[in-house]
Amino acid sequence: MDILRRTVLKGASASGVLAAALTAGLLKPTQVLAMEWNKAAFEAKDTPAAMKAVGAASAADSKDLKLNAPDIAENGAVVPVDVTSTIPNTLSIAVFIDKNPYPLSAAFNFANGAMADVALRLKMGQTSIVRAVAKTSDGKYFTASKEVKVTAGGCGG
Amino acid sequence: MGSPMKVRAQMKGDFADIKILMSHPMETGQRKDPKTNQTIPAVFIQQFTVEVGGKVVVQSETGTSISTNPVFGFKVKGAKAGDKVVVKWQDNKGDSRTDEATVA
Repeated sequence: MDILRRTVLKGASASGVLAAALTAGLLKPTQVLAMEWNKAAFEAKDTPAAMKAVGAASAADSKDLKLNAPDIAENGAVVPVDVTSTIPNTLSIAVFIDKNPYPLSAAFNFANGAMADVALRLKMGQTSIVRAVAKTSDGKYFTASKEVKVTAGGCGG
Repeated sequence: MGSPMKVRAQMKGDFADIKILMSHPMETGQRKDPKTNQTIPAVFIQQFTVEVGGKVVVQSETGTSISTNPVFGFKVKGAKAGDKVVVKWQDNKGDSRTDEATVA
């Protein structure tokens, strides 16, 4: 056993083992939050693909999911949006911007008394539909959307 | 290791209203440096958590389309004045930051 340990510590295989652990996300240098970032969803280039990657391929429109956003955003770099779900047992809310290069903007999971209510500020490259998707504890998805007109984009430079 | 955030938590009736202002460039990876014409690499917060009274109430994953110096607001039932609020974020470069406040 001790010989094996030495091999791992000193041997040529040590770096390989470490590299494997790093790629597996086991030993990220400064991992403070024990969560997985949903790379596939955040790097999806259109909303249907991004929704599929978060598991929300089919979502029903709901009046109990409210998306408040301005009709016109003068500055696309800061678009205040708030999403409130009064659907019972809402577990999480995700926000998508259809025409951004990567539509998925953020996803929030609620627990221990947190209400399904979030306020945030988005960056929008151009006029687009902003979409909220809520997930309930029985695995159903609901959606609400609103078009926000952007007069100056927030993604270019 | 990140710039300080501003965290404010206040009881409003039966819930605590929590406002968080993070200090982060949230570089999208879409911009080009006008001098060199090189794309500026993306640097953005990928995850954050909010704890109230030792329990995680919100877990979030974020992408590049969150504004510079992100602002978030949450409402938490069952919280009470004096509860400690802890916010932690981590960005795609491994930088992180933790700040605290008390529910007022």
